[in-house]
Amino acid sequence: MADVTTTTRDVAAATDIVTYRESVAEGIAREMRRDPTVVCLGEDIGAAEGVFKTTVGLFTEFGPGRVWDTPISEQAFIGAAMGAAMTGLRPVAEIMFSDFLAVCWEHIAVEIPKVRYMTGGQVTVPLVIRTANGGGLGFGAQHSQAVENWALTVPGLKIAAPATPADVVGLMASAIRSDDPVLFFEHKGLFASKGPAAPPGHVVPLGRANVVRSGDDVTLVALASTVPTSLAAAERLATEGVSAEVVDLRCLIPLDMRTVLASVQRTSRLVIVEENPYQGGWGGTVASIVADEGFEMLDAPVRRVAAECVPLPFADRLEDEVIPTVDRVADAVRRLAAY
Amino acid sequence: MTAAAEREISGAALLQWYEQMVVIRNTEKAAHDLFLAGLVKGTTHLAAGHEAIAVGASTALRDDDYVFATYRGHHHAIARGATPEECLAELMSKATGVCRAKGGSMHLTKADRNMLGSYAIVGAHLPIAAGAAWSAKLRGSGQVAVAFFGDGATNIGTFHEALNLAAVWKLPVIFICENNLYMEYTPIGSVTSMPNPAADRAAGHGLPAELIDGNDVTVVHETVRTAATRARGGDGPTVIEARTYRHYGHSRTDPAKYRPEGELEEWLARDPLLLARERLGKLGVTEDEVTAADQRARRLVADAVEAAKAAPDADPAQALVDVWADGSATWRT
Repeated sequence: MADVTTTTRDVAAATDIVTYRESVAEGIAREMRRDPTVVCLGEDIGAAEGVFKTTVGLFTEFGPGRVWDTPISEQAFIGAAMGAAMTGLRPVAEIMFSDFLAVCWEHIAVEIPKVRYMTGGQVTVPLVIRTANGGGLGFGAQHSQAVENWALTVPGLKIAAPATPADVVGLMASAIRSDDPVLFFEHKGLFASKGPAAPPGHVVPLGRANVVRSGDDVTLVALASTVPTSLAAAERLATEGVSAEVVDLRCLIPLDMRTVLASVQRTSRLVIVEENPYQGGWGGTVASIVADEGFEMLDAPVRRVAAECVPLPFADRLEDEVIPTVDRVADAVRRLAAY
Repeated sequence: MTAAAEREISGAALLQWYEQMVVIRNTEKAAHDLFLAGLVKGTTHLAAGHEAIAVGASTALRDDDYVFATYRGHHHAIARGATPEECLAELMSKATGVCRAKGGSMHLTKADRNMLGSYAIVGAHLPIAAGAAWSAKLRGSGQVAVAFFGDGATNIGTFHEALNLAAVWKLPVIFICENNLYMEYTPIGSVTSMPNPAADRAAGHGLPAELIDGNDVTVVHETVRTAATRARGGDGPTVIEARTYRHYGHSRTDPAKYRPEGELEEWLARDPLLLARERLGKLGVTEDEVTAADQRARRLVADAVEAAKAAPDADPAQALVDVWADGSATWRT
């Protein structure tokens, strides 16, 4: 991992191309430079620079007073991050694997999103919880889940899930500056991916989807890892004469349905591509809104390509059977285009 | 584990503390009566019997120190400056409630006094209090955070996780266990490996502990004062286990029939108000002065009940505001 980071950094100097991985640390560092109340905490994020190397350079630049290593004690440090956010700091807490959100789900689902509302607006919780989410790296069932849909079930949490290096930086800026709690899902499968670096001062507002490929025949709505999957499918379909538009939601809350509905208005067909399981997946919410508010725009049923409803298996061949692949997305679009 | 050395406390100071305790006692009695009258819905967890802990601790803190309480937290809200009227209005679902009727009995909060909430998931607020202490430490504000919790919380993970983190980071936080002998309906001793559930475990996290009489307001005050001085001086957290007894059952539906015969009476003989009155006498405060304090407190609560009853009901518009910091509840475009 360190080799990859070093190599791409050299490349970046020349071509302005960076990895998703190093953009995480870059996004945090930019905010720490502009706001002294931003502090980081998490397991192995300090001198070790994070197990995914997403906090490289932070400890060196900002020191132990602003970058805190915690024990393996998620309830303690997520609770502490909440208390600090209520009292004048802007903590950025790392949950190493998103599966571990379950360890401190009490604070994430029952305390953090509710304390402002249930006190009648007396407090705010400007807190970011970042976490490495999703599959594709063969970590098995307890370190590979795509759990962004867990957060979607709880009113009071904002949810960001960037797909590109520049969006990592831009959404990180908005998340840290937000006075609301934000769950920030960094996709494990995208850490090594590359893209143009974020320009200085780059800020992507929360809740603004991005049309990353224009098309006329069908709309693909995607998030994080399913954005490159959908783009690859769209590329393949173009050679077959099917023109697919790809919408990167970027955030689940706020959910930019205006952009989705505007796209469906033009294409009349919708495929939602999710990495979380079909059961309870975020696409169900998107589909229900389109069914409710966009029914007359549709020329075909709404299709969801989501993960199979099984725990994620270990072997690559098995993982590919479960998580949406380019083949499965292209297949779904082909069938829908022919409807 | 010894009680803090006693300092001379003036009769005038103790009389003020006593009056605050009477205000809390009468507020709890009013809450109980309003419940029976059908004017309070949901549930309540009354703290009658626990007053000395809230008042003794609160008077030992700075105004800007942080306090975190549990769902049995009316006494802490009032001790930190919430009025009986806004607390009772909250319980009665009134627009004038301290949380605009969005929290209820279990979530009384008075943020402008740094009373940062009452938390209804057992143990959840111990790490949150540690975080407020961490924030104070990083900001160099000299503030201390206090978490009040019940004996039942000492068997849940957050208790141990919070103590460890606070010890390792040497945070200015005080953990105050109100040991009222019962984890809801079950004697704490029957489900806990150590006789003093909080104090006996502190050493396991490298923390000092004080085991004290939670019904003696002066003992609580002195112990918390010492712990706060220690915390402000950079010497880290203290665990205080204050033994006390709740006069009512766990919640409004609990008649507390599981308590052995005579136990309540024994504790009523050590009622914190009685103990304070005895000490007031020794300090030369007259019966008349005590009676006047009683009357002021009763009048305050009686007026609070009437004002809360007369207040408008919760504003329906409140249901859809203040999810987010901008005041809205908007989740999509």
